[in-house]
Amino acid sequence: MGKLLKYIKNYKIQSVLAPLFKLLEACFELFVPIIVAAIIDNGVKEGVGAEYIIVACVILVALGLVGLVAAVAAQYFAACAAVGFAKELRHDLFRKMQSLSYSQIDSLGTPRMITRMTSDVNQIQSGVNLVLRLFMRSPFIVFGAMIMAFVIDIYAGTVFAVSIAVLCAIVFTIMLVSIPLYKKSQSKLDKVTTATRETLTGARVLRAFCKEEDEVEEFDRKNVDLKKSQLFVGRISALMNPLTYAVINVAIIVLLYVGAIRVEESILTQGMVVALYNYMSQILIELIKLANLIITVTKSFASAGRIAEILGMQSSLVVRNSKEKIDGDYIQFNNVCVNYGNASMNALDDITFSVAKGQTVGIIGGTGAGKTTLVNLIPHFYDAVSGEVIIDGENVNAIGDESLRSRCGVVPQHAVLFKGTIRENMKWGNEIATDEEIMEAIEKAQAADVISSKENGLDEVVEQDGRNFSGGQRQRLTIARALVKKPEILILDDSASALDYATDANLRSALKHLDYDPTVFIVSQRTSSIRHADKIVVLDAGKIVGIGTHDELLNKCELYREIHYSQYAKEGA
Amino acid sequence: MSASNRKSVLKRILKQLKKYKISVFLTILFALVTVAGTLAVPVFFGQIVDLIVDGGNIDFSSIFRLFIIIAVIIGITCLSQWLMSEINNRITYNVVKDIREESFRNIQRLPLKFIDSHPYGDIVGRAIADVDQFADGLLMGFTQLFTGVLTILGTLVIMLVINWVIALVVVVITPLSLFVARFIASRTYNMFRKTSEVRGEQTAFIDEMIGNLKVVQAFSHEDENLEKFDEINGRLTKVSLKSIFFSSLVNPTTRFINAIVYAMVALAGALMLVFETPLPFAFSVGVLTSLLAYANQYTKPFNEISGVVTELQNAIACAGRIYEIIDEPTEVPDGNDAITLQNVEGNVNFNDVSFSYSSDKKLIENLNIDVNAGQRIAIVGPTGCGKTTLINLLMRFYEPASGVISVDGNDINKVTRKSLRSNYGMVLQDTWLKTGTVRENILMGRPDASDDEMIAAAKAAHSHNFIMQLSDGYDTVIAEDGGNLSQGQKQLLCITRIMLSLPPMLILDEATSSIDTRTEKRIQDAFAKLMSGRTSFIVAHRLSTIQEADLILVMKDGKIIESGTHAELLDRDGFYRKLYNSQFAV
Repeated sequence: MGKLLKYIKNYKIQSVLAPLFKLLEACFELFVPIIVAAIIDNGVKEGVGAEYIIVACVILVALGLVGLVAAVAAQYFAACAAVGFAKELRHDLFRKMQSLSYSQIDSLGTPRMITRMTSDVNQIQSGVNLVLRLFMRSPFIVFGAMIMAFVIDIYAGTVFAVSIAVLCAIVFTIMLVSIPLYKKSQSKLDKVTTATRETLTGARVLRAFCKEEDEVEEFDRKNVDLKKSQLFVGRISALMNPLTYAVINVAIIVLLYVGAIRVEESILTQGMVVALYNYMSQILIELIKLANLIITVTKSFASAGRIAEILGMQSSLVVRNSKEKIDGDYIQFNNVCVNYGNASMNALDDITFSVAKGQTVGIIGGTGAGKTTLVNLIPHFYDAVSGEVIIDGENVNAIGDESLRSRCGVVPQHAVLFKGTIRENMKWGNEIATDEEIMEAIEKAQAADVISSKENGLDEVVEQDGRNFSGGQRQRLTIARALVKKPEILILDDSASALDYATDANLRSALKHLDYDPTVFIVSQRTSSIRHADKIVVLDAGKIVGIGTHDELLNKCELYREIHYSQYAKEGA
Repeated sequence: MSASNRKSVLKRILKQLKKYKISVFLTILFALVTVAGTLAVPVFFGQIVDLIVDGGNIDFSSIFRLFIIIAVIIGITCLSQWLMSEINNRITYNVVKDIREESFRNIQRLPLKFIDSHPYGDIVGRAIADVDQFADGLLMGFTQLFTGVLTILGTLVIMLVINWVIALVVVVITPLSLFVARFIASRTYNMFRKTSEVRGEQTAFIDEMIGNLKVVQAFSHEDENLEKFDEINGRLTKVSLKSIFFSSLVNPTTRFINAIVYAMVALAGALMLVFETPLPFAFSVGVLTSLLAYANQYTKPFNEISGVVTELQNAIACAGRIYEIIDEPTEVPDGNDAITLQNVEGNVNFNDVSFSYSSDKKLIENLNIDVNAGQRIAIVGPTGCGKTTLINLLMRFYEPASGVISVDGNDINKVTRKSLRSNYGMVLQDTWLKTGTVRENILMGRPDASDDEMIAAAKAAHSHNFIMQLSDGYDTVIAEDGGNLSQGQKQLLCITRIMLSLPPMLILDEATSSIDTRTEKRIQDAFAKLMSGRTSFIVAHRLSTIQEADLILVMKDGKIIESGTHAELLDRDGFYRKLYNSQFAV
């Protein structure tokens, strides 16, 4: 939480005023029993008169009113501070997340990042709000009541002190015991949820294997388990109300007994005893509020810790500041190794090859061979643990990510379009692209028919994830988006997999004839997509097992031959 | 929810509770005792206050007598309060358990048609979140409402008995707090709706941009995103400030009204003590003290009750949704005279079969297929032509509208589902694995298989190597939906499952679509061995995988437009040939 305190800085005044006003409200509340005591002792018993009583009651209402005003002000300031805090936190968190490297994104995982941005921030927001409102008020009322009691009578005060201690012990013990138990039954509920979801998602398989009865049996076991743990924790937290009720009332008995003795000795008056009685009833409510506050604060602290962890992350990408020029081919991979985190095997191992400007390179290999990793090194999405990737004479980690990436057009494996219009999506490639330029890119990407089939052309709305387009349509549009950039280096990561063979061929021929002559990397599982490349790199388990043209590789590369003939059995025969 | 509907749901709920009627009776009894005890205590405290008047002549023996009475009442109240919550918990969690059991059992028997046409999230939400809300809202809400109403009535009665003038003062002022709470609630409702709209917008944006962060970075689009994010964030801040502030006004305002009630009781009571009223009841400082305590107690349940009413309505709506699942008609159970398929040879016939998913769009019409035991049947055709539907019919996941499908001459509608399905081995494109270990998943079809048999099957399916590379080998726990495995690995495990159970008939629906072609080629060999002597149905879009089939059925728009072997179909120069050649276009 400490690290996040800076976000409250801009709301210093509000976060001081909110608890202050709350304190004010609490003060007024503490006056009430005293005034009632005065009414009884002076107004009624001493017979000062009706006027005195009326004035006292008007003061009671006035105290209530002033309390109301103070409370409203406090609530407003607390809300301001909490909401503002959350706003700035969210801004920084979003910015930080956008700056993380691919490997950090991989290790964090999207769901976790989204939870941090949403529920964790919300949790902290309500934590801040509640703390500002209650951390002064509740203890103040509880201890204020105790102090008032001490002021009235030291013995009565002692009764208060002891009962507050006992109440605290009960409330916090029950909380401490039950919170982990609640967590436990929550995880049991998660199991029941998973079982329910699985029985739906796996309905076909489960029924095919006639597993219905086993499923019911397993579910029943988890369900009963959940019930037992809920009952157990329920039994413990059900102790809270009766126990605190008993303590408060026993305390009142003791208080009245002490009071009676003191009145007998003429040290206290009847009105004072009534006041003590009233103070005692105020304690309990606030103590429960305090307990809830502590629960919320603990949860907020946990959220804050998780968020601080992300805010503390530095992009793991190495950025060097060297202007050193390296001779050789346009793009060079020199003994490059890549390792994801602590995996024992390198994802890429000793990769060396080079590419001349304007060439087309095909990358092929089985699932998990490292194809995507290899092309992701070019725009410096990942770092090589050893070796170097060189573009146009400079190491990719020295170029500066933004300028490097502006030179690369990437079409990712997973064809993603964003909510908005087609035009907006295309402009991701180039903010100032004209409609003509966009249409040209779309035609090159073989997506002209997608636009013409839509009523609104470029203004057609794209829903989230582009789900109103088919897989093939999405792929062609993401290719167009990269072409709008007119990139120096074009990377197609298995991005024609949903296209039929004819469209795939047309696309490749269009790419060959681009007037800005980019260097093209094509990752594919199909030899048909890359057989006309100037150079084909064959990967297996992170290692290069062959480099050459299609015909060369058919002759000399066993793996390439195998892949090719698995797709073209007839030719091989 | 209509009134009659709500009534029938209420009836169902009562029926659900019938099993626990003794507990319900007990909880009501204990609630009565608790409320009575809570209300009685201030009366006696008031009496004690009256005994503590002046120094020198305090009647301590009377005070002690009252102390003992109070102590006994406190003891009884505490005990009954605890028993009440314990019994309540028991009823609640047992009912929750019962309902979940019922819905889960029904889900097992629901026709796939229902499961396919309803989002999983919706059904899960009903079985989990709705049940919880129902339990919280209805059962907890009911007890809160019940004790709340009892407390209000009891307080009212006692105040009336003690002093009806002051009771009237309280009764007149208290509803104010209800009105204020209502007023604020109706105002804030709109703000809350607005807030959750903007919050939803922000979450969707975060979802989209964080979910596709790699693309965002590839296009250096971070600054634009941050700008858009700040714009939404600013709006969210504004609306949530309003909704948080206004909703937080409820407590201070009701506290203020309580203060007024309190002052009025003090005023009326004190004045009555000063001016000896002609009213026929005794009044004292002690009585005033009790009245002040009651005034405090009286307003609290009002605030609770106004919240409970909406919660109750919500709970009934939740219950309605759950009962929809529980009451959803299930598949017709196997008839008493259903045959158990034994020693299946694998002759499968479609005789004049028609089927459609919705009545306005016909899919399969008058389909006739004859498959002899041991034949390998490949089904090809464009998306939506009915390939997957055929499998649904074979496995009896769906039933034909007319016509008969038979296995070895037995109409599959007259055969037990269990014996029909266990004679098929099925691998689908949509790989599904259960949360659990790799071993549990492989053994699904044959729980009694030995480790050696399992490993042999895994070797045949080329999954053994990658399984051994997992952290705990065959005991590695697979996350929900195989989260920690690649699509290809999941598919290999599904294939292993079949390699182990070795059923007499096979269904392979794009079974190797996510596996790279080289591994696929190797698995094909294993499949070929597996398929020899077994009737098998293969759906594939890579035509290379089906060339060796005994019979290829080319489907289009629910009909078989061509059939024959690979060579025959190529000679025919029809749809198949076109399909086949398109993959070699360069």
